[in-house]
Amino acid sequence: MAMQLETAQVVEHRDYGGGYRLLKLAAPGIAPQVQPGQFVHLRVPRLNDAVLRRPFSVFQADHGTLALLYKAVGRGTTALTALMAGDSVSLIGPLGHGFPLDGPADRVPVLVAGGYGMAALYLVAQRLPRQGVVCVGGRSARDILGVEDFTALGWPVHIATEDGTRGVRGLVTAVLDAWLGEGRHGRAPEFFACGPNGLLQAVGDRAQAGGWTAWLSVDRHLGCGVGACLTCVVQLQDAAGEWAWVRSCKEGPVFESRQILWEAETA
Amino acid sequence: MSAPDLSVNLGGVRMRNPVMVASGTFGYGPEYADLVDLNRLGAFVVKGISLDPWRGNPPPRTVETASGLINAIGLQNPGADVFLRDHLPFLRQFDVPVIVNIWGRTVEEYAAVAERLSAAAGLAALELNVSCPNIKEGRTTFGTNLPMFRRVLAAVRLKTRLPLIPKLAPDLAQIKAFAQAAEEEGADALSLINSIPALAIDIETRRPVLANRTGGLSGPAIKPIALKLVWEAAQAVKIPVVGIGGIATAADALEFIIAGASAVAVGTANFTEPTTALTVADGIRDYLVRHNLGTVKELVGTILC
Ligand SMILES: Cc1cc2nc3c(=O)[nH]c(=O)nc-3n(C[C@H](O)[C@H](O)[C@H](O)COP(=O)(O)O)c2cc1C
Ligand code: FES
Repeated sequence: MAMQLETAQVVEHRDYGGGYRLLKLAAPGIAPQVQPGQFVHLRVPRLNDAVLRRPFSVFQADHGTLALLYKAVGRGTTALTALMAGDSVSLIGPLGHGFPLDGPADRVPVLVAGGYGMAALYLVAQRLPRQGVVCVGGRSARDILGVEDFTALGWPVHIATEDGTRGVRGLVTAVLDAWLGEGRHGRAPEFFACGPNGLLQAVGDRAQAGGWTAWLSVDRHLGCGVGACLTCVVQLQDAAGEWAWVRSCKEGPVFESRQILWEAETA
Repeated sequence: MSAPDLSVNLGGVRMRNPVMVASGTFGYGPEYADLVDLNRLGAFVVKGISLDPWRGNPPPRTVETASGLINAIGLQNPGADVFLRDHLPFLRQFDVPVIVNIWGRTVEEYAAVAERLSAAAGLAALELNVSCPNIKEGRTTFGTNLPMFRRVLAAVRLKTRLPLIPKLAPDLAQIKAFAQAAEEEGADALSLINSIPALAIDIETRRPVLANRTGGLSGPAIKPIALKLVWEAAQAVKIPVVGIGGIATAADALEFIIAGASAVAVGTANFTEPTTALTVADGIRDYLVRHNLGTVKELVGTILC
């Protein structure tokens, strides 16, 4: 289905916990089309000297509304906090290629999120026809979001925090490796991950070592969001070993781990 | 009164209205086609094409600044042959003049890409981007070196019968000299301005924000600078001028037209609001009605001073 330019109405705007806010918008054109891992490009109202829209992963979507999660960290997200129920917001969406849900049925879906990364993964859990597990990591207890949303779907959530204030002390790879060791009981996983580059790379390494598939959602600075400006490129390699800059807003943001060349990311 | 006539003949390019989309900001056609009826654009200027594929710069490639955007995409493109095979057919489905923006690293590369594209059907004009570094002659740009600018123009002129539209760099001191040189070398129209050299620094790391260090500033921040340059260039030549730089509203476009531009291009504003070119064209029409003008041509260069 085609992307749309839609004027959405704010139906709910509230604290979500961990310093995040949930913005729920009535967008009957875009919302029903959203696939897990896709995003919308939002024009922040009243931010008149901004030339760029701001991209947000779609956290939840139904037939008429979609919900976004954000933290007020920059000028754009700070200006967003002033939005009230009834206000209008211009959206372009749904954008990008999200997570494919048609993987082999004998694979256990393993969602791996770094903090806010869970916003892009909720719809994967909600829409996959089979149950999997969630591994989520963050600096501290307050950075662990959405656990109740996943448990409400019946998915077990394994938590790691760097300061040990919730779950296991350590990185998300600690709980991921524990599950890969004892938790999977011989079943093969299929990974769906969203978070910082280090996390994505760690998930990709495990997938490649085990001969499994890992779908990684990369987080890029965007310009147009629709493939026109070539701001958002990621270094990908093809089967022949040739590399190219590829648009994360259009061909991504989700790529299979074997496609991504990480040298350019860490340089 | 009947509806005003917005059509423009830009050095042989017949446009239904004076508003085009600027190179590098609308891709090759499909990117915005779900949101914008391409048949309603005055013309479509394609992202810069070179003879061979070119990878461009590493990211970060753009950074937003106050009312502006600095970009250092680095002219990434698939090369002329892939453009003709994979991208042009999409645009040819529409009733819109297709202007291809071209660049090269040497005079020979410019001439070769112009020749290759001119052999294809369905192009309305070539726009010559002279703002990329010349590798052979020691990394000066064609757009700021008058003798090299003339050489590249003369070489391309020999290879194409398509209308030729050199796109001038914002050379504040020599804009008239470049405009006149373009006219003398056989250009059919001029476009200006390209983005303005600029820098943004991350104060925490003290590094430039862009991987390429510097880039080109575009968007509303550059509009008054672009307007003065267009005004000066338009006075210096008889060929039509395309005004570019920070246009986001019909009022912005009208300023350029009054300053002497026969047509305008919308660039960065497309990212903010993809339908900007259409609303600008509608706003120009409303203005003509309000001022009892039958054609947009009557307004061109009517600045009073
Ligand atoms: C992301 C981006 C890519 C661009 N790519 C090209 C290009 O390939 N060739 C070119 O001649 N100009 C290019 N430009 C310059 C624009 O066509 C235009 O001249 C400039 O942005 C000023 O207009 P604006 O302020 O309306 O954006 C690019 C501009 C941007 C923002
Ligand atoms: S953000 Fe413009 S191409 Fe991806």
